[in-house]
Amino acid sequence: MSYFIDRRANAKHKSAVNRQRFLDRYRTHIKRSVEEAVNRRSITDMQHGEKVSIPTRDISEPVFQHGQGGHRSIVSPGNREFDEGDRLRRPSGGGGGDGSGEGGASNQGEGMDEFAFSLTRDEFLDFVFDGLELPHLERKQLMDLEEVKPVRSGITRDGVPSRINIVRSMREAQARRIAMRAPIRRALREAMDALEEEERKDPVLRNPSRVQELKAEIERLEKRLEAVPFIDTYDLRYNNLVNQPTPSNKAVMFCVMDVSGSMTQSHKDIAKRFFLLLYLFLERNYEKVELVFVRHHTAAKEVDEEEFFYSRETGGTIVSSALTLVDEIISDRYPPADWNLYVAQASDGDNWDDDSTTCREVLSKSLMRKLAYFTYVEITPHAHQALWEEYEAVEADFPSRFAMRQIIEPGDIYPVFRELFRKVEA
Amino acid sequence: MTRQTPIATGSDWNFEVLAEFEREIARLADEYRLDTYPNQIEVITSEQMMDAYASVGMPVGYHHWSFGKQFLSVEQAYRRGQMGLAYELVINSDPCIAYLMEENTLMMQVLVMAHACYGHNSFFKGNYLFRTWTDAGSIIDYLVFARKYVAECEERYGVVAVEQLLDACHALQNYGVDRYKRPSPISAEEEALRQAEREEYLQAQVNTLWRTIPQAGQDLEENAQDYGDDPLGLHQAGRYPPEPQENLLYFIEKNAPLLAPWQREIVRIVRKLAQYFYPQRQTQVMNEGWATFWHYTLMNRMFDEGLVDEGLILEFLQSHTAVVHQQPFDSPYYNGINPYALGFAMFTDIRRICEAPTDEDREWFPDIAGSNWLETLHFAMRNFKDESFIQQFLSPKVIRDLKLFNVIDDDQDEMLTVAAIHDERGYRRLREALSVQYALSVREPNIQIYAADIRGDRSLTLRHVQDRRRPLAKSVYPVMRHLHQLWGFTVRLESVEDDEVVRRYQWPLPNEGGQE
Repeated sequence: MSYFIDRRANAKHKSAVNRQRFLDRYRTHIKRSVEEAVNRRSITDMQHGEKVSIPTRDISEPVFQHGQGGHRSIVSPGNREFDEGDRLRRPSGGGGGDGSGEGGASNQGEGMDEFAFSLTRDEFLDFVFDGLELPHLERKQLMDLEEVKPVRSGITRDGVPSRINIVRSMREAQARRIAMRAPIRRALREAMDALEEEERKDPVLRNPSRVQELKAEIERLEKRLEAVPFIDTYDLRYNNLVNQPTPSNKAVMFCVMDVSGSMTQSHKDIAKRFFLLLYLFLERNYEKVELVFVRHHTAAKEVDEEEFFYSRETGGTIVSSALTLVDEIISDRYPPADWNLYVAQASDGDNWDDDSTTCREVLSKSLMRKLAYFTYVEITPHAHQALWEEYEAVEADFPSRFAMRQIIEPGDIYPVFRELFRKVEA
Repeated sequence: MTRQTPIATGSDWNFEVLAEFEREIARLADEYRLDTYPNQIEVITSEQMMDAYASVGMPVGYHHWSFGKQFLSVEQAYRRGQMGLAYELVINSDPCIAYLMEENTLMMQVLVMAHACYGHNSFFKGNYLFRTWTDAGSIIDYLVFARKYVAECEERYGVVAVEQLLDACHALQNYGVDRYKRPSPISAEEEALRQAEREEYLQAQVNTLWRTIPQAGQDLEENAQDYGDDPLGLHQAGRYPPEPQENLLYFIEKNAPLLAPWQREIVRIVRKLAQYFYPQRQTQVMNEGWATFWHYTLMNRMFDEGLVDEGLILEFLQSHTAVVHQQPFDSPYYNGINPYALGFAMFTDIRRICEAPTDEDREWFPDIAGSNWLETLHFAMRNFKDESFIQQFLSPKVIRDLKLFNVIDDDQDEMLTVAAIHDERGYRRLREALSVQYALSVREPNIQIYAADIRGDRSLTLRHVQDRRRPLAKSVYPVMRHLHQLWGFTVRLESVEDDEVVRRYQWPLPNEGGQE
């Protein structure tokens, strides 16, 4: 007798838990590989997983086994040239044959020193951002009526049949039955006791009308007992659902970059990597992340991504123009009550001298009050200029929401990023 | 025989076609008296196949990182195209669960049904090792119980604590079987019922064993004479356990002084599952050979009857030939003796010896030459394991066909010696050597519990009976560490050859760093 079952629709990823256990166990190994990968990879490359290798000896599951040496006898197939009694040189590399035999399940052996496997993109990013935390992650309230979610909230006495809470209803019913039957039962027991007492008397002394009466009473009580309903509309309980407005989980990220003549393509590449890391990071924390690209030389302009990274410009630098534009865009389109606002600025540190004070003013007076976080990376191997100093003053005023770091070469990006978003120990 | 029209042609399949093939295979299998458990044939995707693979084919299992590791390596190999997924996976259960992969062609599905649902299935039901050591009816229930129990422990005592315990048990799982004692089969339901009871009982037993206050009484009077600094004779009571114990996990479960009841139960779970896999480790050649022999026979019968067409049978033959191909030892693809090749060759040859014996066969196999081949095949399948099967049935012809040869590798000899080849003088020696090669007792080091110092420092001593000077591999230390975790006190291991201790190991390592 045989039967077929189509299981294709069943859940796959039955091994997901075991896989996660494995990743947790070798966290440190994997993290090292991931860090190397982040530094090595081009930035557009963050969207796929990563191959990770762990030395086999670190993950082996030891069992008692025979080691090398001693006297062993090996039977092998495919003899062409040997004759009994032939003496052979020992093949280099030892081993030779499968004397110890294998159990089947183990994948050791085969001379593999590394255990290699692939992380999925999500797992990869988990490791990239492991231990990092978004500062000031706030759930902004959105009044939009669309964003409501029905949530369970207790039990009610009325509702639609599909929401009947059976357990609670039955419990109520049972309680009611007990409560309603108790007095009847008591009366019944008394009546029966009385009847028994009456019947135990000597037939001469027995009062027939009393017996009659008691019997009628018992019958009446038994009927009443039976009449108590098993379940009553009164017992029904329903799961209550209320519509709860869900907090909006939206963020907007402003990428601000200096595109003046002093910014070379390699500067821009570094900036781009930094922006992308930040974008991926935000994406993991918010359901929806919008990007706004603002580039500037002497004047600022909102552009699309392509233009932002690849168009060439020349001329001087006025940073404040970009900050003012960001401020305007926020006022126009992104009310701080609804959006989590992040600004990431990249520059080589050049600015017109008297503009740096203006920048500070724009930031301190207006912009910083609206933002969740402002990060500034200066991509330069040279000494800092006026802009850095002014920003340091801003950082002193808003220590928890303003962060700035210097990046010299591509290898610094990831460490700097990690430093900026390090989890603050509580 | 009247040739019928093929059930289906081409490589696409659907459930009706599969069911019809299945009926035909069942009919033919019945002719050959293949007695099977009912088949539960599950069609799954390749992803699900990888899942199944990672959990050693078990449809449910407890969680452990090592299964995750298994999964990752299967997945990696599959993605890279290094390995096609095994096209069949079959579970020794009642009903017998076999997986068909969605991507397979019609030919593959039919082949897998013949191979797994009738070949392996009848082997599971018939072979004496499986009959003795496994209870197909209750394994799934037991797995469910084990998974639930382990999950509960994880919740109560933490994932890490359970994981460490499982690591330690896994290291010893090849030593979780009483080889010379028959187990009593037990159903999972009973198991669950008895589990709570057992917890208490076990603990009570351990407590008795480890009671530290000496019992006054007969010992005192009998031995009070002259024991110098041991007037009570506390150290005279003899070794515990009185006989060496080969089932390390069982000994741990019953005697480890510090384990909590739930920990003992988990040791037991690992031991029970190890026991379930014990027959499979000893019947690889037979099991695969038997299944391959039958898929080959059944497919050819179907072709003869016209139930499959030329296209399908050619596709089948190509696949079958690849499966039973034996790479020569010097091929870069050589990976040991292929159990499919050896097993198939042997079963096919037994049939040949029965049906068309030569003089050589009459001399070597007087009992079976010319006998009823089906009877003989069933007899062989029922009553042997790889070791004895080879000892009994490996014929000179198979040795010649596979060109087997035997090399002696002795570390006291600079050169290797060819001890036997496929010639008149070599047959018997090769048969002996190959049989030994499949003996579990030779493949795995013989290690037993020798003494537990229950009256002294509570240390545990194991004995490794060294065989032909083959030492233990380096992995002995990590395994000892795991054993130490379970036992809780110093663990020693002595390698003994010819009644002489040749090497000692200890964990934790002695302070002097003495023996390597």
